[in-house]
Amino acid sequence: MALLQVDDLQTRFISRDLDNQVRVAKAINGVGFSLGRGEVLGLVGETGAGKSLTAQSMIGLLRPPAKVVDGLVEFDGRDLLSMDPGALNALRGNEIALVVQNPLTSLDPLTRIGDQLIRVHRAHRKVSVAQARERAIDMMAAVGIPAPERRMRAWPHELSGGMAQRVLIAMALINEPKLLIADEPTTGLDVTVQAQILDLLRDMVRRMDMAAIVITHDLGVVAHYCDRMAVMFAGAIVESGPVDSVFAGPAHPYTQALISATPERLALGSGAIVGGPPPDLYALPEGCHYRGRCPHAAEVCGSAPPDREIGAGQVARCHFAGNLPAAFQ
Amino acid sequence: MTEREAAPQVSAAAAPEPAVEPVLAAENLVKHFPADNGQVVHAVNGVSFSIRPGEVLGMVGESGSGKSTVGRMVLRLLKPTSGTVRFRGRDISALPERECRPLRADMSIVFQDPWGALNPRMKVSALIGEPLKLHTPLSSAERRRRVEELADRVHLSTAFLDRYTADLSGGQLQRVCIARAIATNPKLVVLDEPTSSLDLSVRAGILELLAELRDETQVAMLFISHDLGTVRLISDRIVVLYLGSIVEYAAAQEVFERPAHPYTQALISAHLPPDPRARLTRHVLEGEIPSPIDLPEGCPFAARCPVVQPRCGQEVPQMVPVGDDGHRAACLRIPEGGNQIPR
Ligand SMILES: Nc1ncnc2c1ncn2[C@@H]1O[C@H](COP(=O)(O)OP(=O)(O)OP(=O)(O)O)[C@@H](O)[C@H]1O
Ligand SMILES: Nc1ncnc2c1ncn2[C@@H]1O[C@H](COP(=O)(O)OP(=O)(O)OP(=O)(O)O)[C@@H](O)[C@H]1O
Ligand code: SF4
Ligand SMILES: [Mg+2]
Ligand SMILES: [Mg+2]
Repeated sequence: MALLQVDDLQTRFISRDLDNQVRVAKAINGVGFSLGRGEVLGLVGETGAGKSLTAQSMIGLLRPPAKVVDGLVEFDGRDLLSMDPGALNALRGNEIALVVQNPLTSLDPLTRIGDQLIRVHRAHRKVSVAQARERAIDMMAAVGIPAPERRMRAWPHELSGGMAQRVLIAMALINEPKLLIADEPTTGLDVTVQAQILDLLRDMVRRMDMAAIVITHDLGVVAHYCDRMAVMFAGAIVESGPVDSVFAGPAHPYTQALISATPERLALGSGAIVGGPPPDLYALPEGCHYRGRCPHAAEVCGSAPPDREIGAGQVARCHFAGNLPAAFQ
Repeated sequence: MTEREAAPQVSAAAAPEPAVEPVLAAENLVKHFPADNGQVVHAVNGVSFSIRPGEVLGMVGESGSGKSTVGRMVLRLLKPTSGTVRFRGRDISALPERECRPLRADMSIVFQDPWGALNPRMKVSALIGEPLKLHTPLSSAERRRRVEELADRVHLSTAFLDRYTADLSGGQLQRVCIARAIATNPKLVVLDEPTSSLDLSVRAGILELLAELRDETQVAMLFISHDLGTVRLISDRIVVLYLGSIVEYAAAQEVFERPAHPYTQALISAHLPPDPRARLTRHVLEGEIPSPIDLPEGCPFAARCPVVQPRCGQEVPQMVPVGDDGHRAACLRIPEGGNQIPR
């Protein structure tokens, strides 16, 4: 059975405008996927597509006016959406860990990093300070921080971006979570440091037999560090499947456009660039939400496209999925 | 090295004839900044390169390696501590501020963050028209015409001209920045991470626009970026910076296919092509770039170099030729093995 099962997740921003009319932004529109232990899922899509919001909706981190209005999130046999906030809080940082961008702003600037690690560990485990300390030092060593015992005393501002990200990963993994969610874990880091961090994450996921969701804009990260991928557009997953199959034969026109727009595949001067504004979440069009930008849009696209099975585990939400010309060689 | 897809068919055009006078020649540029306790930040330590008309020179290197500082020095937005900036043959490195002003029409810059670069209280037309107002005698009607022409040139709908920046997307704003940068037909544009904050498809559109401008106007570009895929796509030649020094310089394809310097090799090997079939050969680098306050003796890369030797801590490596076509790198081990540094 899957460790994590998400079905038809729906998240709305509900507000009132100046005339006191209720306005509803449909930010997440029926996201569904499942994830097993040892599996790494890459979540991609343009800015505003709803990647972070999907993660926040799942683990109870939404702030008003955002609200999950429908769907199911089942983690290790428990229904997260109906869980009370206290229980969910006990789960986060323990069985479910989150690593976000901007490591420096996610660390407490007034606490030495060793003490932060100890605090996180003791919040969820009945251990002595000495035991927690030992565990913290082990974790710092495991994430490749040199001289961990000495570094326990460091302040967050004394760390480089790469070191701070390692500390955050140590903190996320100190309680051996079953699920790790990494939201742009390497954005803003240097390429060579990025590689170190990604190697580290992959090793830890394997070693601890965790499941992981990696949210990223970098298709290179997905290609080389993820097993499966899900492509989001306007709050929905428009295509998902094994990384190899999706890259070899993207079936949704948006996935095709996305992969074709990577500089490595771009042919400047070919005029083949497909872009455009995202649809208005307050007034999503009927039918396919990609319709306004899609080069293949036809009359039938005015009705909601089905999830079409393309091949083993590859699914695309498009009327023509599987029947479109190949996007590239 | 790594097995990869065939190189993209772009900007592989032969480098311009060497006989062409460079637009920009930087010679031995040095920049020191004062730091706390009377210490000195050695941000740039003797950087030389040149750019010819219609050429895009890519500049890569880790955060803090001095890329933006070099970019600001060649535009004389920053005065070099020492060294020469020759712009169209003329030494501008020591010009007083006042005499730099007329140069602004001939050279310009585009930054990473288009939101921060534009005044939100000005209409798009005024933003694009601003350099024209400063540097040309055009009447306001002539200016309006030129602004429309420029909007068209950067593929920005003229409907946006009477709007404010809040109504534009990141990609559209970056087009406004580019329109401003080319308004006075400059000979040189420095682009400091111009696409880093943009989504893939928007980024692709901006790169296409830049390539078009380069081809049509023969403007020279210094293109600074962290994104190796982008740099490879847009650049004719590439310089690799490490701790304020150039460690390698070659045609774009050459840098990717035959990187000679151990740092470049590690950098290229850390790049993740968006293709699961591309096999990666990892030259993992330990540690991070050292502080530019205490510059190491000898080779700036010695502390992290996987093939370091005792003498690397003493001798400063000079740029030496590697193979053909002006490919050069600064590593003491290169003379022994050409670009086959023993590992
Ligand atoms: N208070 C709000 N009211 C209405 N819509 C909102 C509000 N806050 C966020 N949104 C919208 O929710 C959508 C989802 O945003 P989310 O942060 O999940 O995107 P993302 O895919 O993570 O993007 P990025 O790649 O930029 O991080 C966006 O379109 C955003 O505009
Ligand atoms: N005004 C300044 N005063 C003091 N130090 C400075 C100043 N400007 C830059 N530096 C330092 O000079 C070095 C080079 O900085 P620079 O901004 O040129 O790097 P960069 O290669 O552009 O980095 P990034 O990729 O992060 O933009 C850094 O160590 C930086 O901290
Ligand atoms: S359903 Fe129609 S509009 Fe939507 S992606 Fe497929 S072809 Fe394009
Ligand atoms: Mg996000
Ligand atoms: Mg910079």
